[in-house]
Amino acid sequence: MSDYISHDHEHDGIDRRGFLQCMAWAGTGLLWTVSGGVLASKTLAQIAKAGEPLPATDLSFLQISDSHIGFNKDANKDVTATFKIALDRINAMPTPPSFLIHTGDITQLSKPEEFDTFDEVLKSCRTKDVFYVPGEHDVLNDGGKLYRERYLKRVEAKGSGWYSFNKNGVHFIGLVNVLDLQAGGLGQLGDEQLEWLEADVKDLGTSTPIVVFAHIPLWAVYPQWGWGTSDSERALGYLKRFGSVTVLNGHIHQVLQKVEGNVTFHTAMSTAFPQPAPGTAPSPGPLKVPAEKLRSLLGLTSVQYKQGKTALAVVDSNLS
Amino acid sequence: MSTLTSRNKTIALLCAISCLNLSAFALAGDIKDVDSTSSKQNTIEIKDFAFNPQTITVKSGEKITWTNRDEEPHTIVSVEKQFKKSSALDTDQTFTITAGAPGTYTYFCSVHPKMTGTIIVVKS
Repeated sequence: MSDYISHDHEHDGIDRRGFLQCMAWAGTGLLWTVSGGVLASKTLAQIAKAGEPLPATDLSFLQISDSHIGFNKDANKDVTATFKIALDRINAMPTPPSFLIHTGDITQLSKPEEFDTFDEVLKSCRTKDVFYVPGEHDVLNDGGKLYRERYLKRVEAKGSGWYSFNKNGVHFIGLVNVLDLQAGGLGQLGDEQLEWLEADVKDLGTSTPIVVFAHIPLWAVYPQWGWGTSDSERALGYLKRFGSVTVLNGHIHQVLQKVEGNVTFHTAMSTAFPQPAPGTAPSPGPLKVPAEKLRSLLGLTSVQYKQGKTALAVVDSNLS
Repeated sequence: MSTLTSRNKTIALLCAISCLNLSAFALAGDIKDVDSTSSKQNTIEIKDFAFNPQTITVKSGEKITWTNRDEEPHTIVSVEKQFKKSSALDTDQTFTITAGAPGTYTYFCSVHPKMTGTIIVVKS
């Protein structure tokens, strides 16, 4: 149980107790601000009641993850409906996000009809700009061919689908760590992608805020369950010199956060079903919860950046 | 005529051989029956992100069947690409191969590579 925070080499003050408290808050709709490694929080309900708008920012975007369209087991028999609720929440935001990032597992079984359903439902979203990275469920039988044909049209993707782009002075990097996985191993980026990454950030100034997004966590959340990426340390090595690095992942269907030096790691809730906390069940997988509790464990993540501030504000809100 | 003539000996021998052949045939039939029993034994259940049993010993020519009991899709992929990989198995879907030449074959789930298993094939 304690293994998943054992990699906190920086001794940044996020102890196990604090970490678990963070987890407990996560399902309740909370504004996370991270500044100099110190976490502060305020519930979304408090903000809404006080009528305070969220602070004006230069860029806001939204992370959705793990929609698993096609899943129909007990943990959530209607994942399309909960995905739609997530989009309704986005449409109801007073200030719409500039774009969405989907951190993978669009579908359950990589079936064309599942991708079709996702695309059809997504049409209802007011925010049209969406950037994707694949989850292992999106590349099951064809090595990601169908995924790449559909979701990388608007980016200059390399290799198996990695790319970068700039928005408002922030450098975004979408990585693929769900392909060519090795027996006994974890998520993997591979040499070709890592070499590309090194070159991609080489000429950027250290003050450029970096946002990295990939499906499987780029930190050792719980390797026993495969919740980590074998060569993520090398990737993070290339990003060490930057003053602000925000790493956004999906895959584990729950909010976990870790701060290590200038790097903030954050995993998002799913819009489909929760998974057990690391080590609390015989294996990962869809977690059945009472129907009335389900939506409190599903959600989305809003990220805001204000020029001149080092840290990005990361806000998780559930679908209750 | 209690002694066998050479000709009779030959006939007797042929008879014995054909009887042997028959018993060999019957044995093959038994093996077939054993086969269907053993194909039950050669079942690997995928549950809680694990292959169970993780190591299985089978005879060359026998069938091995995996059944996915998880709500997650899993695959069966030979580490050394020694047999055809499965497509992603959804809940309760199965995948069957026939054991080939004797040897040790390792495989894993390419979706969850922490999941590994071993097939030991012995002479039939």
